[in-house]
Amino acid sequence: MSTVEIQPEHQLPILDLVDVRKTYRAGDLEVEALRGITLRVHTGEHVAIVGPSGSGKSTLMHVLGCLDVPTSGTYSLAGVDVAGMGERELAVVRNRRIGFVFQQFNLLPKLSAWRNVELPLCYAGVDRAERRRRAVHSLERVGLADRVDHRPGELSGGQQQRVAIARALVTEPDLILADEPTGNLDSRSTEDVLGLFEELRNAGRTIVLITHDNDVATTAGRVLRIRDGLLDELVGAHRGDGTSHQADHAATVAPPSPRGSTTPVTGTAP
Amino acid sequence: MNLRETVRTSWEGIRSHQLRSVLTMLGILIGVAAVILTVGLGQGAQAQVAASIDKLGSNLLVVYPGSATTTTGVRGGRGTASTLTTRDATALADPTVAPDVAAVAPVASSSLALTAGASSWSTSVVGTTPSWQEVRSRTVSSGRFITQTDLDQGNQVVVLGTTTATQLFGQRNPVGQTVTIGGSTVTVIGELASIGSSPTADEDDQAIVPQTTFVSRLATTANRTTLTTIYVQAKSQNALPAAYQETDQALLTLHGVTAQTSDVTIASQQSLLQTATATDKTLTVLLAGVAGISLLVGGLGVMNIMLVSVTERIREIGLRKALGATPSAVRRQFLLEAASLGVGGGVLGVLLGVLGALALPRLLGQPVTLSVLAAAAAVAISLVIGLVAGVYPASRAARLAPIDALRSD
Repeated sequence: MSTVEIQPEHQLPILDLVDVRKTYRAGDLEVEALRGITLRVHTGEHVAIVGPSGSGKSTLMHVLGCLDVPTSGTYSLAGVDVAGMGERELAVVRNRRIGFVFQQFNLLPKLSAWRNVELPLCYAGVDRAERRRRAVHSLERVGLADRVDHRPGELSGGQQQRVAIARALVTEPDLILADEPTGNLDSRSTEDVLGLFEELRNAGRTIVLITHDNDVATTAGRVLRIRDGLLDELVGAHRGDGTSHQADHAATVAPPSPRGSTTPVTGTAP
Repeated sequence: MNLRETVRTSWEGIRSHQLRSVLTMLGILIGVAAVILTVGLGQGAQAQVAASIDKLGSNLLVVYPGSATTTTGVRGGRGTASTLTTRDATALADPTVAPDVAAVAPVASSSLALTAGASSWSTSVVGTTPSWQEVRSRTVSSGRFITQTDLDQGNQVVVLGTTTATQLFGQRNPVGQTVTIGGSTVTVIGELASIGSSPTADEDDQAIVPQTTFVSRLATTANRTTLTTIYVQAKSQNALPAAYQETDQALLTLHGVTAQTSDVTIASQQSLLQTATATDKTLTVLLAGVAGISLLVGGLGVMNIMLVSVTERIREIGLRKALGATPSAVRRQFLLEAASLGVGGGVLGVLLGVLGALALPRLLGQPVTLSVLAAAAAVAISLVIGLVAGVYPASRAARLAPIDALRSD
């Protein structure tokens, strides 16, 4: 397999978050789910974000996926500032730039595999013949060429998740964002799906994987931990090319802070 | 997402909840069918009345005596006075007096008993002239009608209506038989062809005798020259207003009265029709109103179900938004679903209405007039109802935040 040599130093990062905060209000109570996230992800990186539930993991995923906007801070996706976008523009960004893979697969049960896969293309205004062609191609890529006309109910969990991955790939997005993609799968299907992510990474795709499972996280080249709304770089190896690009990532490094600490320590690139 | 895709998506939404969609459409369906049937029944009844008024004849004016005022000052209704006489009829028949009048048929009638052998039957005996046949557009099914000779000579002859003939002679041919009316024996010379009922009488149950015979043999001495009605036929449809004017003027002059003190009433078929259909119209409007309310309730049903649908499909909506559906794309999808439910209910309702219109006349003996316009309007209204009912649920779906939608399990 010929992998394109990616040189993050000379490229704009795909994800560039600076001091992103997200505060939820429930009556008088303010909950700070994200307390200053700074993160930079380059093209072709395979990043895993781990954290227990309640750590702000889901909120981060929503912000990264443009499903929600940060309360403060800047976020640019592929060079486009998305922090201040309205709902309509965000929908277009999600459609063109992000491919989602969810824990629950989120396939529409009444539609066949290829009809599920073509959904993002419908919203992109691609014509029907082209949609079918690309959906089938995408299903071939995840090894489901013979399941094109099957409905989700006729497929195993692993196959359903592969349909969902095909759907995430069909628009050729800048970023694949997977939220607990193996959470509902048995160990064989988990290997299956993780293998697929590995292939995609080798093909130059940028993948951000959010999980609570450390074993899943170790398959990624770079692992970050989120805790109490702050990010923490665990494994910063840049796809084992020997050079540390830690500095380029400018990841927020928050040393394990004592419980109850409210002042995050933000690490900056030296 | 273009229109074709939106239509497809909406259709899939409807198809994936078949039972619910059908039940939702049922509300609209029943409403539309009810509207179509009530309007159809009303129009059918009006058409029936119009047809029966047409039976009176064509281009017809009907002159009745006016109201009478008794010595005690109590005023009676139309026809209570005996102001109409044979002199009026003769004058109206004069082309110099009323040039637009084609024919005049004076009618004096009273209810009398007819006897033939052992059979006896009481009916309206009408004394008139040969022109009655033409003015009233009647034909004889056997024998002949009374002639000028019968009139001039006061022949003791009678023409019977079908019902009268059957009552007196059964299935036998009445022509040539004799009947006793009020002590006089008369010969049956003809039988009128059946036409059914007009708003004023059963047109098949009457006995027609020459006016002269009626006056000399049957009428009481007090009302020898009085008439119950004068039928005036105008030369054409266009001549009808002129004929009305001339008749009115001639009678005012003859009676020496003014328009304010007029002692006769002139009715045209048009005015008879209006009077007769006024109640029908009121009833139709009332019933159609009730049916319209049921249509409205059907619309509320659509709205209710669309709201349930939005809540139930919150995950689907979230997913669609995550995949790039803009709020307006989501709104269009749900609006179109609601509109489709409305139109679907409307079209099925029209079908049910048509079936009802075919079945009802057999069950009730009531004619139903279906109008294409009413059907088209009903479908259009159900479309509007569906759209209006869809606005709120659709905007709720459009406003859903994708994360809230995706989160709900």
